[in-house]
Amino acid sequence: MSRLAKIGDWFEQRLKIAPVVEETMGHRVPSQSASWFYVFGSAAFTVLLVQIFTGIMLALIYVPSAGQAWQSLQYLNHGVTLGWYLRAVHGWGSNFMVALVLIHMVQVALFGAYKFPRELTWIIGVFLLLMTLGMAFTGQVMRFDQDAYWGLGIGASICGRVPFIGAKVVHLLLGGPIIAGDTLSRFFAFHVFVIPGLLIAFVSVHLLMVLKLGINDWPMPGRLVHRSSYVKEYEELTKKDGVPFVPDAVWKDMIFASAVIGCVLVCAAVYGPYGPSGIPDPTIVQTVPKPDFFFQWLYALLAFLPPQMETPALLIGPVVILAWLILLPFFAGEGEKSWKRRPIAVVIILLAAVTLGTLTHLASYTPWSPIMDAWSGDPVPVQYLNGRTPLERQGAAIFQEKQCRNCHSIGGTGGMRGPSLDSVAVRKTHAQLVRQVVQGGGNMPAYGKNLNPAEVAALVSFLDTLHPPNQLGARDAAAQISDESDHFATGSGKQ
Amino acid sequence: MSDDVSRRQFFVKVGVVLNGLAAVVLATPVIGYLLAPILRAEGGQYRKWIDLGELDEFPEGQTRLAKYKNPISNAWDGDTDEIPCWVRRAQGETFQVFAVNCAHLGCPVRWFPQSGLFMCPCHGGVYYRDGSRASGPPPRGLFEYPYKVEGGHLMIKGGELPTLASPSASLNKGSTGCQG
Repeated sequence: MSRLAKIGDWFEQRLKIAPVVEETMGHRVPSQSASWFYVFGSAAFTVLLVQIFTGIMLALIYVPSAGQAWQSLQYLNHGVTLGWYLRAVHGWGSNFMVALVLIHMVQVALFGAYKFPRELTWIIGVFLLLMTLGMAFTGQVMRFDQDAYWGLGIGASICGRVPFIGAKVVHLLLGGPIIAGDTLSRFFAFHVFVIPGLLIAFVSVHLLMVLKLGINDWPMPGRLVHRSSYVKEYEELTKKDGVPFVPDAVWKDMIFASAVIGCVLVCAAVYGPYGPSGIPDPTIVQTVPKPDFFFQWLYALLAFLPPQMETPALLIGPVVILAWLILLPFFAGEGEKSWKRRPIAVVIILLAAVTLGTLTHLASYTPWSPIMDAWSGDPVPVQYLNGRTPLERQGAAIFQEKQCRNCHSIGGTGGMRGPSLDSVAVRKTHAQLVRQVVQGGGNMPAYGKNLNPAEVAALVSFLDTLHPPNQLGARDAAAQISDESDHFATGSGKQ
Repeated sequence: MSDDVSRRQFFVKVGVVLNGLAAVVLATPVIGYLLAPILRAEGGQYRKWIDLGELDEFPEGQTRLAKYKNPISNAWDGDTDEIPCWVRRAQGETFQVFAVNCAHLGCPVRWFPQSGLFMCPCHGGVYYRDGSRASGPPPRGLFEYPYKVEGGHLMIKGGELPTLASPSASLNKGSTGCQG
């Protein structure tokens, strides 16, 4: 017996762990389930391990104090050897983890894995998704910069919409009446103790159940799940067509997980750490807060919901979605597993993916936000000034000075909150433009009190010039007819 | 023998009850500790008057950014205990003190004196100079802090992050201005 085997023996005599390890490694999985489609959960778990490790590393330096967190992040980025890289791995790891958890969820939903007897595994998975998102949000607060500060403000504003106890919920969330030192401290406790603790406990149960109940069998169209017979059928399947988890299935998990970790490491090296952006000083109001990638769909949604829909959507929407996810295995716990015969499931998942994708894409250029410095920064295109009268040029200056450009683009630059004005004269007559500027409307403020009549005249004379060179501006047909009939009347009078 | 077993079972029950009591005794202060932010808020320490400075700092007819120290302040608050607000001196001693937080989702609104508008960079909420809603998603006008003029100084109550649920929301409620 070699020395190594002797040492191993010494531990085994005391730990008695070998049977458990052998049972876990050798447990039989249906041969078709040893598939490249079954690797996302284990990859998410591997990224979780990376997050725990890098998180502990960052905690060696990070100071969870509202007064010093930002400075300690700067120190991590610039003062500690490879501190920037650990921050980058942790930040990119969080992106990959949210993505993998979502992909894993879509895969198990499409493969009917939430059906009997794996209902509880799915429900725990739903909570794992919530915790992953919770980690992502609290993690964004840890990066205590301007975005974190105003992100907390947005969180508080959402909580403030809770009826009756809204103010109390806000105070509980922030640890006081306003964002301050206590706020960061409690988010730190959630980010490093409460949620990770729950996450590890839930992941353990989730994994244990996969072992005890067996991995989901490959869905065959027409092979229906019945509560009365499924367990026996699954046992027969693994007996007849089963392969040991190690090595037949695990090598795919390992190769995919290492590829994912490789991607995290490369992204971290190439793109570097996230921020921190500006110091979390609320008196610097010249800032444009934006949430991290995985919350941008919500940021976009809140720009498009009608005001009266927002509070119900914010407070009832999540409850409905959560209840539906949790109850799913109870009203669809039996029957067809294959996505080929579950068109509604496929449509719901596609719809959700397209919705989230579209909203996230919109959030990448935020057409609903005014561009706060367009009025002072963007030039008026030369062709809009060439050959114009002094009055029209004065109008162009007023157009810039009154911040019209923040919401309206001309020549391709400027805000997109309102319509582009490059051909506004084709759409509106002179009188309509005057009315629109003075009275506003259609989601535009009224400028009547902030422009004197001379300024309105100059501005509208400039707007009147904004039409393609070969296309006339809009004219009031009624006014035109009355002009012509006047002319005709005068003419006939002469006769 | 059976007596012995029932006695042990009895002692197990005693053990459970004792531990339950200990848990309750421990939980009471923990719950009080966790609810401290609410209980402290009931105390209203944050509602005291804050000095924004002398009236001369706010010229008539103008709107200016003012800063004040959070009335509940700790050494580890860092930059977060400096709170901004927009002060509009309409005329004489008539003021409006607006929170910078947009009534939609709390982002910081910016004042543009040229067009007389407050604009929010997040979702495009716009307000007129008197704080009333001009356009965009906000459900109401800007939040206003209560103010008073005392000894030539402007005082406000601004210790709370204003949200739709907070007391500072009681001012200016329903003032949606001209929606066109």
